[in-house]
Amino acid sequence: MANFETVEVTTDLLIVGGGMAACGAAVEAAHWAKKNGLKVTLVDKAAVDRSGAVAMGLSAINQYVGLRDGQNTMKDYIDYVRNDLMGITREDLVFNIARHVDSTVHLFEKWGLPIWKDAKGAYVHEGRWQLMINGESYKVIVAEAAKNAIGTENIYERIFIVGPIMDGNRCIGAVGFSIREDKFYIFKAKAVLVAMGGAVHVFKPRSSGEGLGRAWYPPWNAGSSAYFTLKAGAEMTCQEVRFIPVRFKDAYGPVGAWFLLFKSRATNGFGENYMETRKPELEKWLPYGKVKPVPANLRNWLMMLDVQEGKGPISMRTEEAIGKIAAVESDEKAAKKKLKELESEAWEDFLDMTISQAILWAATNTAPEEKASEIAAAEPYFIGSHSGASGAWVSGPEDVAPKEYFWGYDCMSTVDGLFCAGDASGASSHKFSSGSHAEGRIAAKAAVRFILDHKDRINYDMKAIDEMKKEILKPLDLYAESSKKTVTQDVNPDYILPKMFMFRLQKIMDEYAGGVSTGFTTSEKLLEKGLDLLSFLKEDTSKLAAPDLHELMRCWENVHRMWQAEAHVRTLLFREETRWPGYYFRADKPSMDHENWDAFANCKYDPTSDKWEMIKRPIIRIFKENKEPEMVV
Amino acid sequence: MPSYVLQDKCDGCKALDKTACQYICPNDLMVLDKDKMKAYNREPEMCWECYNCVKICPTQAVEVRGYADFVPLGASVTPMRSTDSILWTVKFRNGSLKRFKFPIRTIPEGKAQPDGGYPTHNDLKSPALCTEPESLGLKEVASLN
Repeated sequence: MANFETVEVTTDLLIVGGGMAACGAAVEAAHWAKKNGLKVTLVDKAAVDRSGAVAMGLSAINQYVGLRDGQNTMKDYIDYVRNDLMGITREDLVFNIARHVDSTVHLFEKWGLPIWKDAKGAYVHEGRWQLMINGESYKVIVAEAAKNAIGTENIYERIFIVGPIMDGNRCIGAVGFSIREDKFYIFKAKAVLVAMGGAVHVFKPRSSGEGLGRAWYPPWNAGSSAYFTLKAGAEMTCQEVRFIPVRFKDAYGPVGAWFLLFKSRATNGFGENYMETRKPELEKWLPYGKVKPVPANLRNWLMMLDVQEGKGPISMRTEEAIGKIAAVESDEKAAKKKLKELESEAWEDFLDMTISQAILWAATNTAPEEKASEIAAAEPYFIGSHSGASGAWVSGPEDVAPKEYFWGYDCMSTVDGLFCAGDASGASSHKFSSGSHAEGRIAAKAAVRFILDHKDRINYDMKAIDEMKKEILKPLDLYAESSKKTVTQDVNPDYILPKMFMFRLQKIMDEYAGGVSTGFTTSEKLLEKGLDLLSFLKEDTSKLAAPDLHELMRCWENVHRMWQAEAHVRTLLFREETRWPGYYFRADKPSMDHENWDAFANCKYDPTSDKWEMIKRPIIRIFKENKEPEMVV
Repeated sequence: MPSYVLQDKCDGCKALDKTACQYICPNDLMVLDKDKMKAYNREPEMCWECYNCVKICPTQAVEVRGYADFVPLGASVTPMRSTDSILWTVKFRNGSLKRFKFPIRTIPEGKAQPDGGYPTHNDLKSPALCTEPESLGLKEVASLN
């Protein structure tokens, strides 16, 4: 075995991840830990200042309920989220995040995040729930508060966490390795809070060369949350609910400001607006086809129908939208000033969060006030914090959750001491950056309470941990043993390098599980074939090889992606209907089946027996007086 | 290339234990070639073009060239990030130029107080987070009961 020093870190609460949810967890945990004499440790595979999905920055905060100003009610937000997800939502979890998210946003402002204000000092909304920000340093600011809260001495950067340490059904730590020096890490903890983001590059992206990295969600989100919770034996939910964003084509610049703030339309190659011409299609997806706003997946679907019929390209009519806004101004001078302002806002939208789109506009001589820009459906992503819903099945809050959804501690998975937030927890979509931070705080407070309630002794099976060390470092050993056999090291009969492993995974998912090349369409037979091919890939994980620490991380990232993929395919098979046609289409079950599938499709992997269990769970609404469907205008 | 390093400008951060770009890259792409004492992007096809290496470089040696598989050549987007604002220069393929300046933070770096100056509370059993209800701007935390 590669000669790695073993470093042991003992703590009370271990936060795994460094993004929005993890930083929220750090801030809240620090307060409660200090009061109770506990230690909090955070471990991140990158540098907290610029890690996670907000590493580049953001141009908007997408969840702000505005309770303080009486703008909306809790029920408004829950109705919006439930409808957007076609009814498949844990209302108790959405409620819990929504009641705290404004507090998190107010903290961001105190920490120095510039939030746009109008002349009266009120926040400028992009849409009903969205606030405009100058967000280039959003993550730096949020990280700063987290660092100031727990102290940099309790933050371990550039440590890649591979998986959990278990004691029966209790999670008691995590193992991983440094990607800077030959060190294996054992983190021992009384509770573990997982916030390692969603998964990108499970499906083949549209780009094939350098642009491979220009995923909409960042390529470093590698399914580590899903792997960690699955391997701990936690029940998972909504593993079928991937998200396909419609964005500016290729560079994936955001469209939110254009649709919501600038009120732009999208039209097809013939100038038709699919939201109008395809309206009758919405009748097939009732009651959700009738709600306002039209659910994201149905908006996608209407556009995809145009594309399938060869009616592309689809364009965001930026020139029309800007023209309309400027036309309202009283005189030419005012109109010119307004145009300048809009131009700056449009460019900032990209420069804050998707700089590639600014390069693409500049490279194609695009001035948004002069010409329209193409938009397209990207590829599938696992992002439970956005309009997807995949993640662990976690306990709701005691004062809100029905008994079926409550087992002692907010945000705790079905594994004792294992808490989840952000993309790691499922069925609580539309939390975005701010809600993820709020959820991290909720989970951290609950985790501290769990630790104080569970002072019983924990047993570490050091022999099992040593086996894990061997398995984790094996790709280095395999490379050292076999790479000399061939003249060049990339093609070798004894091993597979992580990048090719990823390409194999992506090809399987793309062709059998409804990726870009099949127009997001799949079926039982295709999924069964995909599962069969995945089983070979899974066997070949023992043949992964790595020449260095960076590639060792890539090996494990791709194993993580593969587990996310398997949970996804199994759940696509289990839910025998099409519920989110703009996210995926089951050709053999082409419509919604309310009778059988107004329910959660959950799954669970048993690490002891190596078996998967599929579980149907009921949807329980928390506002009983509601009648379906709720019209949200 | 996505991010690339200029031969003449990179000084390998003067042989400190790691370069600034290596420290910050969220995807562990930037690395120091110790023979040449220059940093480089080891996996350009995994680059998100997040520009963190560009923004942090002390010698402005890192730039970005749009993904060659879909971006026409000839444009550039260059940031100058200061302590409270960022200035962007956008150069178009046709040679035209645009400049934008945006604020990035409202209080000095390092001064973020975790509790935001709100009073904190100590009831571990309540649904209220440590700065609530004050940080909500409400009298109490919403509940169903």
